[in-house]
Amino acid sequence: MGVAVAETTFAGVVRDALADEMRRDPTVWVLGEDVRYGGIFGQYRGLAAEFGPDRVVDTPISEATIMGAGLGAALVGTRPVIEMRIADFAMPAMDELVNQIAKVRYMFGGQARARLVVRMPHGLLASSAAQHSQIVESWMANLPGVVVAVPATAADAAGLLRSAIRSDDPVLLFEPKAFFGRPAAPASDEPIPFGRARRAREGRDVTVVTWAQALDPALAGAELASAEGTQAEILDLRTLWPWDEEAVAASVARTGRLVVVEEGVTVAGFGAEIVARMAERSGPALRSVARLGAPRIPVPFAPELEAAVRVSPERVAAAIRAAAAR
Amino acid sequence: MTSHHTNAALLALRRGMGRIRAFETVALAAHRAKEFAGYLHVSIGQEAVPTGICAHLGPEDRLTSTHRGHGHALAKGADAYGMMAELYGRADGACGGKGGSMHIADFSVGMLGANGIVAGGIPIACGAAQGLRLLGSPAIVACFFGDGAINRGPFMEGLNWAALYRLPILFVCEANTFAAFTKADDTTAGPGALARAESCGIPGVAVDGSDVEAVDAAAGDLVRAIRAGSGPRLLLASTYRWEGHTSTDLAAYRSASEVEAGRGRDPLARLDATLAARGVPADALRRMDEEDLAEMTDARDRSREAEPPPLRSAFSDVQDAGAPEVPSWA
Repeated sequence: MGVAVAETTFAGVVRDALADEMRRDPTVWVLGEDVRYGGIFGQYRGLAAEFGPDRVVDTPISEATIMGAGLGAALVGTRPVIEMRIADFAMPAMDELVNQIAKVRYMFGGQARARLVVRMPHGLLASSAAQHSQIVESWMANLPGVVVAVPATAADAAGLLRSAIRSDDPVLLFEPKAFFGRPAAPASDEPIPFGRARRAREGRDVTVVTWAQALDPALAGAELASAEGTQAEILDLRTLWPWDEEAVAASVARTGRLVVVEEGVTVAGFGAEIVARMAERSGPALRSVARLGAPRIPVPFAPELEAAVRVSPERVAAAIRAAAAR
Repeated sequence: MTSHHTNAALLALRRGMGRIRAFETVALAAHRAKEFAGYLHVSIGQEAVPTGICAHLGPEDRLTSTHRGHGHALAKGADAYGMMAELYGRADGACGGKGGSMHIADFSVGMLGANGIVAGGIPIACGAAQGLRLLGSPAIVACFFGDGAINRGPFMEGLNWAALYRLPILFVCEANTFAAFTKADDTTAGPGALARAESCGIPGVAVDGSDVEAVDAAAGDLVRAIRAGSGPRLLLASTYRWEGHTSTDLAAYRSASEVEAGRGRDPLARLDATLAARGVPADALRRMDEEDLAEMTDARDRSREAEPPPLRSAFSDVQDAGAPEVPSWA
């Protein structure tokens, strides 16, 4: 593991994990804008000095070619980490991601593997407005061929990054922009497997399923509800595809009540998939369901307007209370 | 031009072109007879380009292709039966019937895939070259695209990228005159591919793409420069697409006289004339054509008889983590 400090930041923890993987496997390399500088969140800081310009490659602002070149490099046997800066900037690279990366293995009858990681920091961050705030992991969960990872903590981001780099699947790693600067303890060296939820809070009354930056209001909302005597169990999915359906089903079997809290638009969002699967599996044992997330509007700029797309702890607490009352 | 090729070298080029012509002639007739589904984009008339280029590539070199890629695949060494069976959507196909004509690939010979998206192979070629360099490989990448592709963003991005990192890539603009149904020149401003490459500092050469000797000679020079570490190069090869955009496109947007003139630039007939002047008997060429036709007809016949893929194979090779469940009906 990296530097021996008791406390660092989220960005530092994932940086250390990446550096460790790059030491472990000389075919792992990074390409993207401003990575030699350290990345806009500091998540690559110091890597250029250790690994040099051939493995930490600053690129032009050519998102399509950053993404497509990552694929080409994977097809000849390297394991690139493709830096997209923020998820919104992957939009100019959708052909390379959707038409190429997600499909090469299948289209070519298993001849190819896209062993690569696409890092796409996402989520609401201080009035970044409509083109710098998007939450698109639900689209990607609809795309066959990719793993969709949505960690909320530094330890999970580090462990999932390790799994992503070692995976033979293309992995889309959505890291929470607003959390990169948070203090964090050094993470374990162990990769975290895809498809295992983490219990972020124990509770017997209501099951709350969440991921990524929505973990914050989910936890705060559960504390508000707890003060009134309702105990919510919180499952942080950590990956949307594959997702830990069994853990959610087991919790719902105990509570009979399901609240999904996501940061993205609820319409056709992944919360809808979770609720639908639980309805299919649980039948009448599922006494209540609720989905919290953003309305189907672009993310507005003014803080007073941006509040319209944020899920507040109060809304979460109200949903937990309402679920418990049914 | 004065040819520096031996008769044996010319006959090898003739064979390469003849196999592509035979493959596509057989495939086109079969598709028009509705023997298999989907689209078919043939490159009849353009055979000199992949043949002349791939004469300078080894098995370790890589190639990215287009939606009109049968010639690229055959010239790189892909198995003709595997390709034909793929057109027929058979289990024996190069991609197990999951890709079809637009997604033929043969990684065993460095053919990194046809591509259903115009210019889609260009960023992939850039990364392949970058990855090979990281691995310490001396291999190079040939990146094929058409004259319609030069108006897509990835073309300019890719030129800049390849020049910036001095990547070992031969960009091959196979200018078959058409961007789907429209003349490529009618939708292109400025002088085109060569000038765009030169604007990024990439030297380029224009050749008559129906003259396989010229393509071969130019490719030889460019590939030597690339292997010597001089960075990317671009070859602009002008050809004429004999058929429509797809097998069902009657190409009513062009005149009979234009098509006649285009077909007059037949790369095979042109080389045959050279060979005849060198005293190669016409019988030898006819025999070669008969053998090629027999090979491809046999590939077709075997493909007709081959098994379709089992339904459950539709669920394989999607991904390892979160792989789809195979439903009970499959």
